[in-house]
Amino acid sequence: MNLSSFIDVFHAWPSLLNGLVMTVMLTLVSSFLGVVLGTLCAWGSLKGPKAVRWFIRGYVEFFRNTPFLGQIFFIFFGLPALGLRLDPVTAALVALTINLTAYACEIIRAGIEATPAGQFEAASSLGLKPAQAFFLVIIPPAFQRVWPAMTSQLVIILLASALCSQISVAELSYEANMIASRTFRNFEAYIVVTLIYLGLAVLFREMLTWVGRRFVYGEFATGAQR
Amino acid sequence: MNDFTTWDVFRNLLAAVPWTIYLSLIAFAGGAAVSLILLSLRFAFPRVAGRPVRLYVQVFQGTPLLMQLFLVYFGLALMGVQTTPLFAASLCLSVYSSAYLTETWYGCVLAVPKGQWEASSSLGLKHWQQMLLIVLPQALRLSVPPTVGLMVQIVKNTSLASIVGFVELTRASQIIANATFEPFLAYGAVALIYFVICFSISLCGRHLEKRIRI
Amino acid sequence: MSNLASSAALAQASPSSAPSGHAIELVGVNKWYGEFHVLKDINLKVHRGERIVICGPSGSGKSTMIRCINRLEEHQQGTIIVDGIELTNDLKRIDEIRREVGMCFQHFNLFPHLTILENLTLAPIWVRKMPKKEADELAMHFLTKVKIPEQAHKYPGQLSGGQQQRVAIARALCMKPKILLFDEPTSALDPEMVKEVLETMVSLAEEGMTMLCVTHEMGFARQVANRVIFMDAGQIIEMNEPEPFFSNPQHERTRLFLSQILGH
Repeated sequence: MNLSSFIDVFHAWPSLLNGLVMTVMLTLVSSFLGVVLGTLCAWGSLKGPKAVRWFIRGYVEFFRNTPFLGQIFFIFFGLPALGLRLDPVTAALVALTINLTAYACEIIRAGIEATPAGQFEAASSLGLKPAQAFFLVIIPPAFQRVWPAMTSQLVIILLASALCSQISVAELSYEANMIASRTFRNFEAYIVVTLIYLGLAVLFREMLTWVGRRFVYGEFATGAQR
Repeated sequence: MNDFTTWDVFRNLLAAVPWTIYLSLIAFAGGAAVSLILLSLRFAFPRVAGRPVRLYVQVFQGTPLLMQLFLVYFGLALMGVQTTPLFAASLCLSVYSSAYLTETWYGCVLAVPKGQWEASSSLGLKHWQQMLLIVLPQALRLSVPPTVGLMVQIVKNTSLASIVGFVELTRASQIIANATFEPFLAYGAVALIYFVICFSISLCGRHLEKRIRI
Repeated sequence: MSNLASSAALAQASPSSAPSGHAIELVGVNKWYGEFHVLKDINLKVHRGERIVICGPSGSGKSTMIRCINRLEEHQQGTIIVDGIELTNDLKRIDEIRREVGMCFQHFNLFPHLTILENLTLAPIWVRKMPKKEADELAMHFLTKVKIPEQAHKYPGQLSGGQQQRVAIARALCMKPKILLFDEPTSALDPEMVKEVLETMVSLAEEGMTMLCVTHEMGFARQVANRVIFMDAGQIIEMNEPEPFFSNPQHERTRLFLSQILGH
């Protein structure tokens, strides 16, 4: 292996770029959906009717205790037996979102449980409705408390999206496989793509830290962090 | 068109369970060994070893396990090392797990309250005595829940070994799905089996956590 | 700096000053946290057997000052001499001093994974190299003294706050320290438990232990202190015997502080 053996890999930059765009799209869409749905699930699992609570608990436990690879296979290859045929990209988005929602729900729930009960009581005593109390008073400090954990989980989703190549979604690692089999430069192709992932992960983490500072921690950070 | 009963599917999948468990045990043992070495280095020589260990953790936590697996698989071949899927998967999963274990256990040591260091200092204990008698026993207790969580992650991560052709649960389910044309059953069944394994580990962890709380 | 060091050496060498001299001596001690000047020119001499109570508003540097005495905090300027040994970066000397100086913390800082007895015997066994049996006897002696020998085999989490603080005092005593430092020992306690801890401290004082105590328990100060110190903004503002200190404080800030904590 020397520098020239990387040239074949770099020649394939347009497909790498396409893969990069797909990976970023998968990550951003599933991150957004997963955090929103995870918050709703956290609410449901704490304040919903008993049946809803049990359903959400079961869903969270099931998806946290099975491999993502199995989940994506089941959704893409298994569901058509029920007449639900998804194209690879949709299947990948569904799998990533469902998986992340389970984790996000658990993370946010932990944040809410660490919020003193007095907060909810104070909000209620001011006349806020339960949903208002939840989303205006309980959620912001809970998010603030768990944002570092959430950041890690979102980075994990970015990295897990590499498995979407296994159902032939044309993201980064799929392109790496393509380049590897076209050029026979297996190692070089994977090194380059691994480094791209590393860069993406670092950038994504930075971005989430910025998002946290801008929207999650806000002005009350220093006061409320104690 | 189909001679396989549901039981046949489960029976064939269950035959692959030991391989998933072996691989998980290897990955955990290997990962724990590597991370104990890294942690000792980090605590013994914080100035010299701090940065390299942090970098190691960041690199392995910042890249997909799938890419690491391919790199190990093809990298070993490139170096002329004859490799098997089991060896490549074991090596890769151990290294990957070690990054997460190192990060987690380091956090557990830091999570022991500062007052414990101060109280043991004021009694005149030496640094190694503080570490061994006061801090590590408490860190060990703190580490139980996250370590159990990581064990579950490791079991799930062994599914990636299927991609380099190692026949464990996930690979078995693929084979069965292709042979029976019953992907719904095969992938559904394998998910259930994973769930039983992983959820039992989680439950054991919760039980252990309650027992050691003081 | 060099003449300070040599005067310390003199103090150590001359036989008249070592045994009979001061238990603790702080000369021109300064400390900064970054830009923040926490201790400003602290001068304090504590005689052997003397009991000193330090009070002052929060953030006045009183805890920092006593934490400098056993090197939980490092001072940046000036000299601290404890029992004739000057505090420097020499780890051996720090260990030597810590063996002679016991400390009790606001939050007790008992070791939660060890029983009460093990909490007490840990340092005698590992630092003083005492045989386990002897250490156990010593520990039971001091547990009896703080009136909770029956708790020896429980864990700290099973005890009330007042009991935990008494265990912490017994733990410090097991090292047979020459000096005891208390950092707000009753501030984290429920009111009904303050008394039992103060009683323990009073009985120690009556036995002639050298004590430095950061506390706002002014009744305790009146009863046992030889001197009371008021600190504010990193300085010793006023230092006097309890009677004149409380009845006739010299400084406006002391008056204000005392009226705030005694006023209601």
